[in-house]
Amino acid sequence: MKHITALKNSLLISFWFMFLTFPIMVIRVNTIENVVEWRWMNMLYVGFGSFVLSFVWRYLISRKEAGVKQAAAADTPSKRLTERLLTDSAFYRPVQIMAAVFFLAFPLIFSTYQINIMTTALMYVMLGLGLNIVVGLAGLLDLGYVAFYAVGAYSYALLNHHFGLGFWAILPVGAILGALFGILLGFPVLRLRGDYLAIVTLGFGEIIRLILENWNEFSFGPSGIANIDRPGFFNIDLSLEQVTVYLYYLVIGLCLFTMVVVNRLKDSRIGRAWVALREDEIACQAMGIDKTKTKLTAFALGATWAGMAGVVFAAKTTFVNPASFTFMESAMFLSIVVLGGMGSITGVIIGAMILILTPEYLRAFSSYRMLLFGAVMVLMMVFRPQGIIAGVRRMYHFPVKQSEKGIGGS
Amino acid sequence: MENVLDIKHLSMHFGGLKAVDQVSLTVKRREIVALIGPNGAGKTTLFNCITGIYEPTLGDIFISPPGGGQKRINGKKVNEITERGLARTFQNIRLFQNMSVLENVMIGRHCRAKAGILGAILKDKKTREEEQDIIERSYAILKKLGLDAYVNELAKNLPYGAQRRLEIARAMATDPFLLLLDEPAAGMNPQETRELDALIVRLREEENISILLIEHDMKLVMSLSDRISVMDYGQMIAEGEPAEIRQNSKVIKAYLGEDFHA
Repeated sequence: MKHITALKNSLLISFWFMFLTFPIMVIRVNTIENVVEWRWMNMLYVGFGSFVLSFVWRYLISRKEAGVKQAAAADTPSKRLTERLLTDSAFYRPVQIMAAVFFLAFPLIFSTYQINIMTTALMYVMLGLGLNIVVGLAGLLDLGYVAFYAVGAYSYALLNHHFGLGFWAILPVGAILGALFGILLGFPVLRLRGDYLAIVTLGFGEIIRLILENWNEFSFGPSGIANIDRPGFFNIDLSLEQVTVYLYYLVIGLCLFTMVVVNRLKDSRIGRAWVALREDEIACQAMGIDKTKTKLTAFALGATWAGMAGVVFAAKTTFVNPASFTFMESAMFLSIVVLGGMGSITGVIIGAMILILTPEYLRAFSSYRMLLFGAVMVLMMVFRPQGIIAGVRRMYHFPVKQSEKGIGGS
Repeated sequence: MENVLDIKHLSMHFGGLKAVDQVSLTVKRREIVALIGPNGAGKTTLFNCITGIYEPTLGDIFISPPGGGQKRINGKKVNEITERGLARTFQNIRLFQNMSVLENVMIGRHCRAKAGILGAILKDKKTREEEQDIIERSYAILKKLGLDAYVNELAKNLPYGAQRRLEIARAMATDPFLLLLDEPAAGMNPQETRELDALIVRLREEENISILLIEHDMKLVMSLSDRISVMDYGQMIAEGEPAEIRQNSKVIKAYLGEDFHA
């Protein structure tokens, strides 16, 4: 009986898809010869494909549900491999060392093109980790993160263009300006949460982009700013290859710096307050946490990394224009955080690598890029909503004696 | 004895509805006061006024922290009031679900610590010591409430009774002089309720604090409290020792209705 229902459902689905795709997949009007082509074979492919896929889909869902039941039934949650990789130092130390060697040796092994791609990916790691503070830890859905990235990029571009200031002088300026804009955005949205916050931040991102596009006297409009200086290295003239390698190591350094800072913040008094704010705003205030201050620090510290990454971006491409800072970028940053795992540093790194590197190496499929991207996101949300690596809370160790359980230690 | 909490003619209006109407209430040092009344009498609204979630329409709330001096706390922000030494629990448990049990308590220490962003990033000696102090104190509180076996467990995975106790532990971590408990025994079985009774008395004895609690479990209220205040339709209809309240005709009427003839 169960199989017959499944068969019926799948048949229904395949008919429905055949009907839906009929106008685009079957009919083709040839305007040159004024004939209508009927491609009935396509309909068959669609029907068969959706029939099989619906079976696969149902099988995966049932497996997932069985898994959930199993986990709930089990007395002690079984430690999975991913969990052990993250918590057991015997597991993650070798992985860490291997990753470190790989990234340090990368420019020695690969071509300039590869190094360039990797530098971009590492910049996204920085951006992802910054956004992770706002979205993953403090739970404030920010869809306008690209604005701070733009602020960083334009602060280097403009200050370099007008005053000839160098990269190292502007890097902290970009960070501070990013933080200031973070606070600027933070004030009006203090009372907002969830969907409302997302809409306002989305608007903020667009405002910054539109200002850069239309205020010609200030930002040179859509034509952008070209010939921005690359980062200097003790006044030595570097060739293009050398600059690429130099930028790579620079970004590696900044990434490490970001990771250390975010990791320390995560388990500090401030980081705990962010997580508490995410979990329950009213209880968080009732426990003596200043909501205003906590939200503003989250926005400011998140935006700092975007500002810094923006400066690096301007220095790397030597050209900025508003087209680089569209909503698509914000969506990308958010996807990195969500796909990687909210609140998890390792997750965000992996997420950035996947989302930035895969399209580069799968250029052959570039026309299907957004289609695959969407499909991956949907599958992720259905089968692993917590992301590739879920954020774990820090464990504290005490000499616990099992015998002394206080009153009612049920 | 000195009043640690002194509420004078407090009113809270929501539009035309007088949720709390001219209520006066005092809690003395080291006293356990119960606030009872039928559903919708305005008990939780009163709590929300005291803890700053609502700003009262009329009246005054004064507190006297052990350091001395009486302060008016109307319209202060929630976190400022907690900082001054009033801590509360919630009727519907509001733990930080996805944080560990220890972290939940550590959040309570937040307002008693000072480490800032720079301290967190640099991890200097002062910050490390402060952090260690927070961890140790929080663990001590967990131990006192019999929750130390759950230290690294996520709060949402705790059994119900333990979640209620964790709320109390979290509130205790803020070093309060007055603890406000909103229906601490709700949903507990008789065994757990008895343990809660012992726990509340022990907290008063060991920590030298006053307790104001809302509760529907009459057995618990009668055995626990020094004084009982009864609210109905936003007004304070009776106040006194448990024995007096038990006999009070107004209270019986409020609970059992007008047509009751005993």
